[in-house]
Amino acid sequence: MNYADIILIAPEISMALLASIIIIVDLFSSNKKLLAPLSLIGLLAPLCFCIMVRDNPSIGFNGTVKVDDFSVFFKYVIILATGLVILSSTTYAKRFDKHQGEYYSLILLSATGMMLLTSAIELITIYIALELTALPTAALAAFIREKKSAESGVKFLILSAVSSAVLLYGMVLIYGFTGTTYLSEIGTVIANHLSTSGQVTDNGILLFSVILITAGFGFKISAVPFQMWAPDVYEGAPTPITGFLSVASKAAGFAIILRILYTVFENETLSSDWASMMAVLSAISMSVGNLIAIKQNNIKRMLAYSTIAQAGYIMVGLAAMAGNTTLNTSGPVGILVYLAGYTFTNLAAFAVITAVSEDSGDDSIDSFAGLIKKSPTLAVIMTVSMISLIGIPPTIGFMAKIYLFGAAVETNLTWLAIVGVVNSVVSAYYYLRIVKTMFIDSPDETHKIHPSLGVLSASVIAISGTVFFGFFPKPIIELARDAINTLIG
Amino acid sequence: MEIPGILSIAIFLPFISAVIVAVFLTGKTARGFAVIASALELVVTGYIFIAHRQNGYDFSEKITSWFPESFPVQYFLSVDGISAPLILLTGLLGIVAIFASWNITERTKEHFMWLLLLQGAVIGVFTSMDFLLFFLFWELELIPMFFLISIWGTGRKEYSAMKFLIFTILGSAFMLIGILVIFAGTGTFDMTKISESLPSSNLIMPVGLLFLFMSIGFAVKLPVFPLHTWLPDAHTDAPTAASVMLAGVLLKMGGYGLLRVSAGMFPDQLEKYAWVLALLGVINIIYGAAITIRQTDLKRLIAYSSVSHMGFVLLGLSAFGGGITSLALTGAALQMFTHGTITGLLFLTIGFIYERTHTRHIPDLGGLARRMPVFTVSLVVAGLASLGLPGTSGFVSEVTIFLGAFPAFKLATIIAAFGLVLTAAYILWMIQRSMFGPERERFEQIGDATAVQVIPIALLITSIIGIGIYPAFVSDVFTEGITQMLNMTGTN
Repeated sequence: MNYADIILIAPEISMALLASIIIIVDLFSSNKKLLAPLSLIGLLAPLCFCIMVRDNPSIGFNGTVKVDDFSVFFKYVIILATGLVILSSTTYAKRFDKHQGEYYSLILLSATGMMLLTSAIELITIYIALELTALPTAALAAFIREKKSAESGVKFLILSAVSSAVLLYGMVLIYGFTGTTYLSEIGTVIANHLSTSGQVTDNGILLFSVILITAGFGFKISAVPFQMWAPDVYEGAPTPITGFLSVASKAAGFAIILRILYTVFENETLSSDWASMMAVLSAISMSVGNLIAIKQNNIKRMLAYSTIAQAGYIMVGLAAMAGNTTLNTSGPVGILVYLAGYTFTNLAAFAVITAVSEDSGDDSIDSFAGLIKKSPTLAVIMTVSMISLIGIPPTIGFMAKIYLFGAAVETNLTWLAIVGVVNSVVSAYYYLRIVKTMFIDSPDETHKIHPSLGVLSASVIAISGTVFFGFFPKPIIELARDAINTLIG
Repeated sequence: MEIPGILSIAIFLPFISAVIVAVFLTGKTARGFAVIASALELVVTGYIFIAHRQNGYDFSEKITSWFPESFPVQYFLSVDGISAPLILLTGLLGIVAIFASWNITERTKEHFMWLLLLQGAVIGVFTSMDFLLFFLFWELELIPMFFLISIWGTGRKEYSAMKFLIFTILGSAFMLIGILVIFAGTGTFDMTKISESLPSSNLIMPVGLLFLFMSIGFAVKLPVFPLHTWLPDAHTDAPTAASVMLAGVLLKMGGYGLLRVSAGMFPDQLEKYAWVLALLGVINIIYGAAITIRQTDLKRLIAYSSVSHMGFVLLGLSAFGGGITSLALTGAALQMFTHGTITGLLFLTIGFIYERTHTRHIPDLGGLARRMPVFTVSLVVAGLASLGLPGTSGFVSEVTIFLGAFPAFKLATIIAAFGLVLTAAYILWMIQRSMFGPERERFEQIGDATAVQVIPIALLITSIIGIGIYPAFVSDVFTEGITQMLNMTGTN
C-alpha cells in the first residue's frame, strides 16, 4: 500500500471519515440540526475526489481495486442518491431523536460499501464491499424500532446473509476452477480453457457458478425470483431508506454484475448462455412486478413491486449485451443511463412520499387524495415522476427506456422489447392511479401541506434532473458510453 | 418571406403559454391569455399553411447534435403538403377549443394549461420528421388528454380516460418496437431517408410484421374496427373542448401516420394488404353508421359517427396502387381535414346546448329551434356537411374518395356509398328530434348563443362552407404532398 493506492480510494476513505465525523459530532454536540447539513457539505469531499481520480484511472492495492470511468460513473450516482436521501431525511430523522447521528452515518457507511463495490475487481474485495453495503442497510431498515420496521430489518439481514452464502459458493467454484480470485485472471484462464479444450461439457461448472453469482446479485437488484424480501423490507423501512435501497443499492448491484459479466464471463459460448438466462429473468421480473403492483394499496409496497419491474427493464440491457456474436455496447450503456435516470425519478417520488406520509401518518395511496389542493408543488413533482416511471416523454425515463429497448431490438431480442413495452402499458395503469388520486379524488379534509425545506429541495432537485435529462440526455449518454468503453477496453 | 424557426415557434408557443398560465395566472386572466396565445397560434399556423401553399417553403429545421452520433436522434422539423393543412387544422381547432371552455369555472387555469399543452404536442406530431421526435410528441399528447377527460369530464370520466390512455399506449408500444426495428435496419431515424433505405436494408423481422406493428398504433388512433371501443367512451365523457380536440385533430394523427408511414414507407405492403384496408373501411363505415342510428346520447351519437367517417379515410387508403391512387389519397387526407372541422362544430354546438339544457338525452330534448336559432343553424350546417351535402366540405372529400377508390374496389365502394344513406338518416333524425318538434315547457327560460360562443361557430362554419365552395384551397396542397410522396416511393 502506498500513497497512490490511498488516492485511488480517496472517495471511499473520505466517505467513511465523514461517517465517523458525524458520529463524533453527534456525541459532543446537542444540536442535532447540524448533522444533515454537515453530511451534505461533507459529501462534497468524496465528490471532488471522484472528479480527481477520474482523470487518473489506474489499478491499486495489488490489483484488487480499479478506478476507471465505469466505477466513477456509479460513484457519481451513489453520491447523488446519498445526498438526495439525506436531504429528504432532514425532518424525517427528527423522530429518531438521540439517534440521528447513527442514522446519517449508517447511510454514509452503506454508501462507502457501494462505492467500493463499483471499484472492486477481486472476489474477496467484492465480498467485503458487499457486506459493508448490506449490514448498515439492515440496521437502517430496522431503525424505527417498531414491529414492521424490525421485521423489515431482520428479513433483510437474514435474506442478505443467505444470498451472500450463495454468492460465496459461486465464487468458490470459480476459484476452484481457475485458481485465482482476480477477475481479469479468471477471465483469461476461462478464455484459455475454452479455446484449448473447446469443451462445452466443462462449461457446466462455469455456468453453475454464473447462476449462483446471479442469484447472489439478483437479491441486490431485487429481480424475480430473488425479490421476496423487497415488499416487506420496503414497507417497513423508514421512507427515505426505502428510496435509498431502491436506487443506490440497485445501482451498485448492477455495477458489479456488469463488471463480472464483462471481465470474467465475456466468452462467446458462455455469454450467449447467460444472456438468454438474463432475458428470461428480465421478462419474468417485469411481468411479475407490474402485475402484483396493480393490486397494492400501500404506496411503498406498490413502489417495491414497481422496483422489481424496473429491475426487469434494466436487465433487458444485460440480455442485450450478448445477443450478437460480439458483445454489444448499447445494452450496457442503456443500463447506465437508465440507472442514472431512475435515481432522479425514484428519489423524487420517495421525497414526495416522505412529505405526504409525515403529514398523514400513513403510507396508503388514499393519503394522496386531493394532493393537488393540499400542495400543488408536491402533486406536480409526483406526477412527473410517475410519468417518467411509465416512460412517457419529456422525461429521462422515456429516453432511457428507448435506449434499452433499442439495444434489445438491435441484438435480435425483439420479443423481449415487446414484453418490455407491453409491461410499460400495464405499469401505466397503476402509476396513473396515483396521479388520478392526487388530482381527482377529494380528501377527507383539506389543509395545506407545507413540506420542509429539505424534502422540498430534494424533490425539486431530483425532478429537475428527470426533466432536464429528458430533454437533453446527451451528457448522461456520453458519460455512460465512456464508462462502458473503459470497461471493455 | 420565409421566417426561420417558425415551426419551433408553432410548437413552443403553446407550451410556453401553458407554463405562463400555470405559474402566473388565474381564472379570467388565464382564459384571456389562452385566447391570445391560441389566436397567435392560429396566425402562425395560418402563415405556415399559406407560405407553404404559395411558395412551397418547407421551413426545415435540423439540430443533429441533440443526441450522440451512435443514436442519431435529430431535432428535425419540416412541413410538406400532407402536414401543412393538418397544422392549420390544429391551429383552428385550438382556438375553437379555448372558446369552447369559456364557461369552465372549476380549476380554470389548469384546464387552459392542458389544452395548450395538447395543442403544442399535436403540432409537434405533424411537423416532426425524425421518427423518435415524432414518437415523443405522439406520447406527449396523452397526458393532457388524460387529465382533460378525467377532471372535467362527465359520467364515467375516470374509466374513459384510463381506457383512452391504455388503448393508445398499447398501440404506440407496438409502434415503438417498429421504430426501433427500422432504426436497427437502416441506422437512421430520419423519416425522409427511411423510405429510400428501407427496401434495401436488412430487417430483423419480416417486413409484413413490421408494417403491422407500425399500423396498429395508427389504427388505434384513427380508430379502426375492432380497436375503436375507446372512442365512444372517451368522446362522450370528455368535456366539450377535449371532444373537439379529440375528434378534430387527435384522430387525424392516426390518419396522418397511416399516410406518412404506412403508405410512405411501406408502399408494397400497403398495396398487398389494400383489401384488408378496404374491408375494414367498409366495416367502419357501415357498422359505425348502424350503431350511430341507435344512439340516444347526442355526444355518443357523434362519436360513433366519427368511427363511420374515419372508415372513408381507410377506403381512400385502400385504393393505394390499385385505384386512382393520388386522387383517393387526396380524398382521404381531405376527409380528415373536413371531418375535423365538421365534427369539431358538432361537438362544439352540442357542448353549448348541453350547457343550457343539462341533458344530452335526445328524447328529453326537442323544440329548441326557436329558443336557440344560432345553435340550430350551426347544428344543421354541420349535420348537412357531415352527410355530404354538395356545397359543403364533406361532399367534396367523400366524392373524391369514391372516385379514387372505385376502380380498385368496386363492391366495397358501392357498399360504402350506402353509408351515406345511413348518415343522412341518423343526422337528420338527430336534428329533427333534438331541435325541432313541439316546444317544451322546461326549456322556456333557455337562451341562445352568447357573443363569445358565436366566434368559434362562425370560424368553423366559414371553413366548412369555404372548402365546400373552393376545395382546391386545401386539396391542392394535399395533392402536391401526396404526389411528392408517391414519386418518392415509386408508386403512381
